[in-house]
Order: sequence, then C-alpha cells, then structure tokens
Amino acid sequence: MVHFMYILETKNLTKKFEKMTAVDNLNLQIKEGEIFGLLGPNGAGKTTTLLMLVTLKPPTTGTATINGFDIVKQPDKVRKSIGIVFQDPSSDEILTGYENLKLHGWLYDMPDELREDRIREVLTLVDLTDRMNDRVKKYSGGMRRRLELARGLMHHPKVLFLDEPTLGLDPQSREHIWTYIENLAKEKNMTIIITTHYMDEADKLCDRLAIIDHGKIVVLGSPEQLKKDVGGDIIRLKAQTLDLDALKKLPYVKEISPCDGEVCLTVEDANIHLQEILKVVGKIDSVEIRSPTLDDVFLHYTGRAIREDTPEGSWAEKAMTASAKK
Amino acid sequence: MSEIKGIYALWYRETKVFLRERSRVISSIINPLLWLLIIGGGLGSAVSFSGVNFQTFIYPGILIQTALFSSVFFGVYIVWDKKIDFMKEVLVAPMRRTSVFVGKILGGSTDTLLQILILFVIGFVLMAGGIMPGLQLTPFSILVSLAFLLMATMGLVSVGLIIGSQMESPEGFQLIMSFLVFPLFFLSGALFPITNLPGWLAPFIFFNPMTYAVDGIRGVMLGVSKFSLLFDFALICLFALVMILIGTYAFKKMKL
Repeated sequence: MVHFMYILETKNLTKKFEKMTAVDNLNLQIKEGEIFGLLGPNGAGKTTTLLMLVTLKPPTTGTATINGFDIVKQPDKVRKSIGIVFQDPSSDEILTGYENLKLHGWLYDMPDELREDRIREVLTLVDLTDRMNDRVKKYSGGMRRRLELARGLMHHPKVLFLDEPTLGLDPQSREHIWTYIENLAKEKNMTIIITTHYMDEADKLCDRLAIIDHGKIVVLGSPEQLKKDVGGDIIRLKAQTLDLDALKKLPYVKEISPCDGEVCLTVEDANIHLQEILKVVGKIDSVEIRSPTLDDVFLHYTGRAIREDTPEGSWAEKAMTASAKK
Repeated sequence: MSEIKGIYALWYRETKVFLRERSRVISSIINPLLWLLIIGGGLGSAVSFSGVNFQTFIYPGILIQTALFSSVFFGVYIVWDKKIDFMKEVLVAPMRRTSVFVGKILGGSTDTLLQILILFVIGFVLMAGGIMPGLQLTPFSILVSLAFLLMATMGLVSVGLIIGSQMESPEGFQLIMSFLVFPLFFLSGALFPITNLPGWLAPFIFFNPMTYAVDGIRGVMLGVSKFSLLFDFALICLFALVMILIGTYAFKKMKL
C-alpha cells in the first residue's frame, strides 16, 4: 500500500500561451481534507491552473498528481477522483434538476441504485429536493449554483474543485453556498480547492490559501498567518499634506503606501502609537484604524490592490485566453 | 460497459431537449410543407420532370433538405455547449472523447430521423390527397430511404460537429448557411434533374455527396435515377464513414 502524503501536488506546473505565461512553475502541496484557496486578481492564472488540474487543458511543462495519479499520464483515473463546479453555468436549462443529476450519474457510470440514493442525498444537502422536477430554466442563479455543487459531489470525489463558486451571486446566496461548502469539508472530509477573487470568501472558507499573481505564487499560508505577516494594523490617513519624512523615522511604522488617494500605514500596536503618529504628521482630515485584511496582504506583497467589484471578471480572463489562443 | 451508459446519457439529453423544444418540432413540419406546397405548387404549375409532377419530383429532395439543415445545425450547436460550460462538464467525466462523439451523433441522428418520420406522414397525406401522384411510399422504399437518410445524417452531423468543434463563437452561423448548407442543398439535384446539366455545373453536382442520396431515394420512390442504387448507397456510406473519422479526430483535438 502506497501512502500519499499529499492528495494534490503540482510539480513545476506551467502553461504558456503564445505571448504570455499564464501559469509559471507552480509548486503546491495540498493535504487531504483541506479547504485550499487560490486567490488572485482576474487573469492571474487561477482558472488555467484549475483546467490543467482537471485534465481539460494540457500543461506546457511540468505536471501534477491528484489522489496519486498523474494528470498528464493518467487523466482517466484523475477524472474519477475529482469533481468540479465550473465558473459558467454547466447544467442544461431545458432539463430538470433531477434529470441533470441523473445524466451526471450515467456519465460517471454509477450503478442505478447508488445513483438514485446519491441524488436524494445531494439534493437534501443543497435544499433542492422540492424543486428537483422543475426545469433548471426556472431556477435562480443561486439555486442553479447549488444544483451544480450537488452534481459535483454526487460521485463522492476525493477532491472537489470550485471555480469562483459565488461569482455574480447575491450576498444571501453567497452565505448559503459558503455554509454548504464548510459542511462538506467537515462531514465528508473532502479536499476542496477554490479559486476566487473575493477576499472575504477566501478569508472565511480557506484553511490555507495561495495568493497568485501573474501565474506565480506570491505568498502561501493560512489567512490568519498571512494577515499577521503584514506586520501590524492598518492606519489610514486622509490629509492635504503629510509629513512623510517624520513618519519614516518612527520605528514601529513598517510600511507607508498610497491607497485610493489616501495614505495607508502598517503599524505595530497601532492603538498604542496612534497619538504619537498623529502628532508628527500634521493636520489631517480623517483617520481610520483596522486589522489587516487579505486585501492588505495582497497589497503588501504586490503593491497593488485586488479589485473586488469587477462583475466582468470572468469575461476578462476568458478574453485573455481567447486572444492568447490565436 | 462504462462507455455505453455515457453514450446513452448524451443521447438521452439530446432527445429530451429536442422533444421539449416545441418550436423546433413545429418548424420541422412547417418548413418542408412550405417548400412542397408553395415552391412545389407554384413551379409545378409550369414544369414537370420525369413523368411526375414537380411536387412529387422534389419530395426526395425535401427529405434530404430536412436532414441537411437539421443535422448540420445540430452539430454546429455544440458551440453553445462550449459557450456555457456544459461541454466541460461532459469532457471532464471519465469517458472517452470518442464516446462523447458517438453520443452526439446518435442524439443528432435521432432528432433528424424524428423529423423525417413526420415528413413521411406528410408524404402519405399528400399522396393520398392526390397532390403527389406517382409517389411510391411502400415499406421497401421507406426502408431504403431511411437507410440513405441515416447515412447522410450521420455524415452531416459529423460535418456540423467538425465545424462546431473548431468554432469559438456562434457568429459564423450565417456563413455556414451561405457557404455550406445552401450550396449542398441546391447542388444536390433536389430541385431539378441531373441528366442534362451544363458543363460548368456538372462537376459541382457530382462532387456533392447529397446528390447520391437524392438520386438513390428518387430511384426507390419514383423509379427515376441516374445511377444504380448500390452505387448511390456506397457513395453515401463512404461520405458518412470519412466524416465520422475526421469528426472523431477533430473531437479529440478540440480545445476549450
């Protein structure tokens, strides 16, 4: 019996398109039962990574193993070990929810009895039992997502991939989906890999996450650890003029960076030092202290902010891959 | 064994979807009726070929027209499956791409043959009503015609899938209509006899596989044909085989 240390491991996984490297020598190790996040702005290479892992796109170089199987050499065995919920709708609208699930059972060659049992099980899990005989066309966006989540689980995959699971959903549906995902990880000990560009989603769900930018891992760790590594709290100052030189001399001010036309300081024990800081900077219009978020982590490591409010996000990423194909 | 269930799944989906989309079923009845009654009736008042009236003459051609339009577009519609992520959901399942292709062909052929069956019923009614005298709808002629139509359909669905697997967006639909579907239809002898063609036109007609399907069906239904039945059938089978082979290859290479 071979024991695999990691349920998923990538080895220099790389995808090059003609003019750009979408994924650049990615090395990841993911343990069984983890909820792992790939966080990054649109076009960072998250979806491309995912499509390679689920064997839909071949890597240019490098490879990965899932459940001990190589994604390049044993794609069939990899496919049996995984489930995926795609970013765009992938259920048939003209069929009912139940029929979509039945179709999935057939595609995965499940015995009839098991298939019907599982359909009942997953429908209960996502609260869609009473709507199972309605056509998917009549579902709301959140319901459709839940159906697709249920479908991804039906064959009890070892690893479940979720590509932007709550993209375009209203806040209430997002909370719902999050609860389902958390329960799954707990109850089924399933390894879940999520790509997202929502900071709050990554923060809430993930045991560990990798922040990806330009196809490379910028930093990897638990959300708590990453926020701690920023090195203090964030003080945000709004003012006409600031005495930056004086600020730089203070030993506990770790970082000074512009944010949205204002200035953000990373400060150790901000509560204690606030008064001193306000004394040296001069006249200010407003001040705000908060604990760091993953947004600050991203800013800290890349010098840029992730924009959370880009509804056309998936589109931009697609357009990029589309133009890269030509 | 595992592949069979997957193929069945794809067939089931296509057939269910077809039967639920009433607009497609209705247009598959109306379109040929318009051709038979208006073009057939209008032109038929002035011309007749091979000893039968024009409507009767073009009936085999209209059968092929239905197969042509429905099959090619069925195939090309995988662009939609690709546009939403339905295609990915199928391709990420543990089944071979060849099986996915087979499932698609069977689904498309079922859709098309269901429409053909409706056309047979229309043929019967028009024959019994005296509008298409001379049409021989016998068990033998229907069976042979079905064999021709099945082969043509499988080849044509493959053509559609080959094009669809290479397309990235549905914007090219109109081009396919103008440069593929209409020429294949008009150059098949569906609407005129192919015995005394002008020299420049003949090569196009004889290069078109649909010509042999029309000729074969016309042979058994009207007793008029240019080639022998076996020759016609051999050529349409060859067409189906080649297209299925190319299609399987195109599907394996399909990028998402």
